[in-house]
Amino acid sequence: MIKLQSIDQIQDEIIEEFEEFSDWEEKYSYLIEQGVELPKIDANCKVKDNLVMGCQSQVWLIPDYDKKNQVMLFKADSDSMIVKGLISLLLRMYSEQKPEDILSTELYVFEQIGLKGHLSPSRANGLSAMIRDIKKFSFAFNNNSNN
Amino acid sequence: MIKTMEKTDIKSSVNEIRKDFPILNRKVNGRPLVYFDNAATSQKPSSVINEMRRYFEEYNANVHRVGHALGQEASLAYEQAREKIALFMNAKSSKEIIFTANATESVNLVAWTWGRDNIKENDEIIVSIMEHHSNFICWQQLAKEKKAILKIVDITDSYELDMQQFEQMLSDKTKLVAITSMSNVLGTINPVKKIAELTHKYGAKILVDASQSVVQMKTDVQDFDCDWLVFTGHKICGPTGIGVLYGKYDILKEMPPFMMGGGMITTVSIADSEWEMPPQRFEAGTPRISEAIGLGIAIDYINNLGVDNIRAYEEELTSYMIKQLLEIEGLTIYGPLDMEKRGATIAFSIKGIHPHDLGTLLDELGIAIRIGHHCAMPLHQRLAVDKTMRASLYFYNTFEEIDYFIQSLKKSVKIFQKFL
Repeated sequence: MIKLQSIDQIQDEIIEEFEEFSDWEEKYSYLIEQGVELPKIDANCKVKDNLVMGCQSQVWLIPDYDKKNQVMLFKADSDSMIVKGLISLLLRMYSEQKPEDILSTELYVFEQIGLKGHLSPSRANGLSAMIRDIKKFSFAFNNNSNN
Repeated sequence: MIKTMEKTDIKSSVNEIRKDFPILNRKVNGRPLVYFDNAATSQKPSSVINEMRRYFEEYNANVHRVGHALGQEASLAYEQAREKIALFMNAKSSKEIIFTANATESVNLVAWTWGRDNIKENDEIIVSIMEHHSNFICWQQLAKEKKAILKIVDITDSYELDMQQFEQMLSDKTKLVAITSMSNVLGTINPVKKIAELTHKYGAKILVDASQSVVQMKTDVQDFDCDWLVFTGHKICGPTGIGVLYGKYDILKEMPPFMMGGGMITTVSIADSEWEMPPQRFEAGTPRISEAIGLGIAIDYINNLGVDNIRAYEEELTSYMIKQLLEIEGLTIYGPLDMEKRGATIAFSIKGIHPHDLGTLLDELGIAIRIGHHCAMPLHQRLAVDKTMRASLYFYNTFEEIDYFIQSLKKSVKIFQKFL
């Protein structure tokens, strides 16, 4: 499977969705709802090796590479509802995308939807740590597929 | 600046008091800041900020070693701060007050000087399960190094120190009891005087971590009869980077230096060196001059309000908050509900909701509370929770802020509960 939309197109789509919300309650409710709808990962994937370091809540990230379509596949989960919501946005943008596209695209969505604060490295939810790991895995698979 | 307080005057003067703390005017995420993370650090009154600025602008110089006017002024201010602290905690002499970086350094100083000299194989050190890491890890590691035994007093079902178990633990093997006077999570007040009395019966020494209680309750080292008492300056309206170690002079005199360098010697030759008497022996290098002076001004501020007045007002605030928290479904408070047995720190959790999630929404609403293990992992393991939320109140907090907090908490809980 390969996404038809580019990462930027998805960023713009998310921004449009969030523009509908007039207050923080609606915004967070929507974010949490997105997380709740995220497909569950197997219990045996929730192991230490899959934990994203630098998150105060537990975040598991499982990368894979679809050789046929040459795209990255990500599964992820967290024990925090807000973090799951943030994960769902990341997966929507990054899963089924080519590693080189993941590495070359700048993220502007969080700033635009008023969740920029979550990108701060000191922030407990570790959104920046997840983005770092997604890019790290993409870099590794990109190098492997080129070799 | 607020005038000297009569008894229980804080409630009616709190809006005046708040004006002394410039930071309380600021907004967070477009809303007025509600600062309920006082157990982590307190905010600073203008008098402290201004005096530290004045030090750098008017009399900045090194202390104890320069004869010129600025040096004398700086030395005087630095030593006056020591005097104020001695008076504040009723030490016999200011020579019993050592300036350190923080409470952690104060505990480390005792552990790696007195502890290393006096703790032997099979000796026993007693701590409690409610200790902050700063009064836990040192003793754990010292016990490992010396093949000594670390014993840990548990809490009761009502989150109080298990005094019965403590008494049973004491024996001739006990060499040290290191205990907090108020838990930074549970808020529990420990009966320090009674603990010291029991400890001394067995010839052991007692170190008290007063970091939380020092601004909430009267600290009287002679009444407590503790051998050492530590606290950090930044939780009592002082700056960061300054802590206090009180020690009985006879004990301090026998302790070797912790760090070596300028200012702590009488003579140095190529072959050897001789140490100054305490407190200088333990203040190697240029000390934290501006911070000590700032802490002295903070002590003035607290004295002006009166610790007993602070305690009375904070008891009212805490009681008001706990009552409302208990009305929230699924909420657990980790700590005594009896106001006489607790301080103004309230740790809690809400069933099914991640503490970080609630913390995030409260932050959106301008409310600062602490989420995590609060540097007390052994306690959280004992409570069988990974993390808790902690709201800690201070004399500049108001009933209106508590109302806003409760209302915001309920609103946040509702958002998550839709998805549970």
